[in-house]
Amino acid sequence: MSQNKINIDALIEQMSKDIFDFVADIDEDDLLMVGIRTGGIWVASRLHKLLKLESELGELNISFYRDDFSKVGLHPEIKPSKLPIDITDKHIILVDDVLFTGRTIRAAMNEIFDYGRPASITLAVLIDRNKQELPINADIVGKSLTLNDGEHVKLLGPEPLALEIKELDD
Amino acid sequence: MTEHTQQTDPQGRLKHFLTTEGLNHTLLTSILDHAENFAGVENRPVKKVPLLRGKTVVNLFFEASTRTRTTFELAAKRLSADVLNLNIATSATSKGETLRDTLRTLEAMHCDMFIVRHANSGAAHYITTQVAPHISVINAGDGRHAHPTQAMLDMFTIRKHKGDFAPLKVAIVGDISHSRVARSEIHALNTLGVTEVRVVGPATLIPKDVESLGVHVFNDMSAGLEGVDVVMMLRLQRERMSDALLPSAHEFFNRYGLTEKRLKVAKKDAIVMHPGPINRGVEIESNIADSSRSVILQQVSHGIAVRMAVMAMCMQGNTEGIES
Repeated sequence: MSQNKINIDALIEQMSKDIFDFVADIDEDDLLMVGIRTGGIWVASRLHKLLKLESELGELNISFYRDDFSKVGLHPEIKPSKLPIDITDKHIILVDDVLFTGRTIRAAMNEIFDYGRPASITLAVLIDRNKQELPINADIVGKSLTLNDGEHVKLLGPEPLALEIKELDD
Repeated sequence: MTEHTQQTDPQGRLKHFLTTEGLNHTLLTSILDHAENFAGVENRPVKKVPLLRGKTVVNLFFEASTRTRTTFELAAKRLSADVLNLNIATSATSKGETLRDTLRTLEAMHCDMFIVRHANSGAAHYITTQVAPHISVINAGDGRHAHPTQAMLDMFTIRKHKGDFAPLKVAIVGDISHSRVARSEIHALNTLGVTEVRVVGPATLIPKDVESLGVHVFNDMSAGLEGVDVVMMLRLQRERMSDALLPSAHEFFNRYGLTEKRLKVAKKDAIVMHPGPINRGVEIESNIADSSRSVILQQVSHGIAVRMAVMAMCMQGNTEGIES
């Protein structure tokens, strides 16, 4: 196990600038930031503060939308999704900590569409592992990280945020 | 074999839900926690999650029911399962087919879950012994034995209003003898750790050995309601009474009907519950049933979220039809 030396605060700061540029043409009233539980919400709440967004931060718990429910079952941690306003015609900035297979993002988008029809979804991730199994790519990436097959990266938090990279036994 | 192992898989997860008896505090609490999560679904534009997409749920009701059957149906549909409603009275059993053959036939249609209501105690359990291993069975009421989802939606309603179970005194009033609801409530309340469970009613409608379930018996309504936080009224199960156990419905109301005056001895913020259907003027005065202290209609809506939770939890290990 190693606590990586990566400066997460600097990455998030840079992400906030990239997001600012990315959504420059969009009216701030139409912006809605949504974090994916749990790590995505940590990153999103920092970005939300840095960007001084007016609208409340949304939280998604995608466990009802996972494609592996029959295998892994219900997540024991309980925290319902919380989308603050009507999302129809909003521009959503979807935030997660690690983009791996892309399945979480697919589930998140499915859930978002059950709340309404957003004008657009922009994906911002702290870490992109470059291992997607689906045609899903991030628009804003904090850091691109190519790991060996057995290695696993996890965001520890919420305070301070740190990256843990470890070898999985199996 | 204990009931516990009949209902859970080797990992301790719910496989069937037949009774609240023998299930531990952690499991009952996790049903309530999951239900809390599912309750949010009904406030969204699309009141549906894809959790049980591709699964087939069969409502197997050998006894009449409106709210239980429809809330199970709605719960299954909100989980995106397909639902079959079998009206047994007009189906094959009345043409001489045995229950076993009916079950085989449904299995051949690749069903995944049976929701069973039956007039005989133990019917749902019997069905678990007759079906393929991947099928889950949920008891929606069997004779006088158990009605576990009703008990859990009542626990959910109590937790919503009172928060913590530990300090609560709960009175269950009426026909305890014929009530599967009462039995399931008593087990759930005691496992969740309330201070006191009371059963209140005429001696003819209270089972002799009921104290062994961990309750205090009161034949006097005023004494029974003194200082309680929750009053759970039961329906008089006249369809299950064969003997002259009480003189008349009017007489019953005079002694055990819930009136504003009688409710005065309960705590000021006591809530009034009833599993329905209510008999106005028999178990409960009309204006109490419609008052702000009555949570009877909340019980119905909570039933959907609790049934979604139980169905989802029972289907967790079901990998039928999924490639590994």
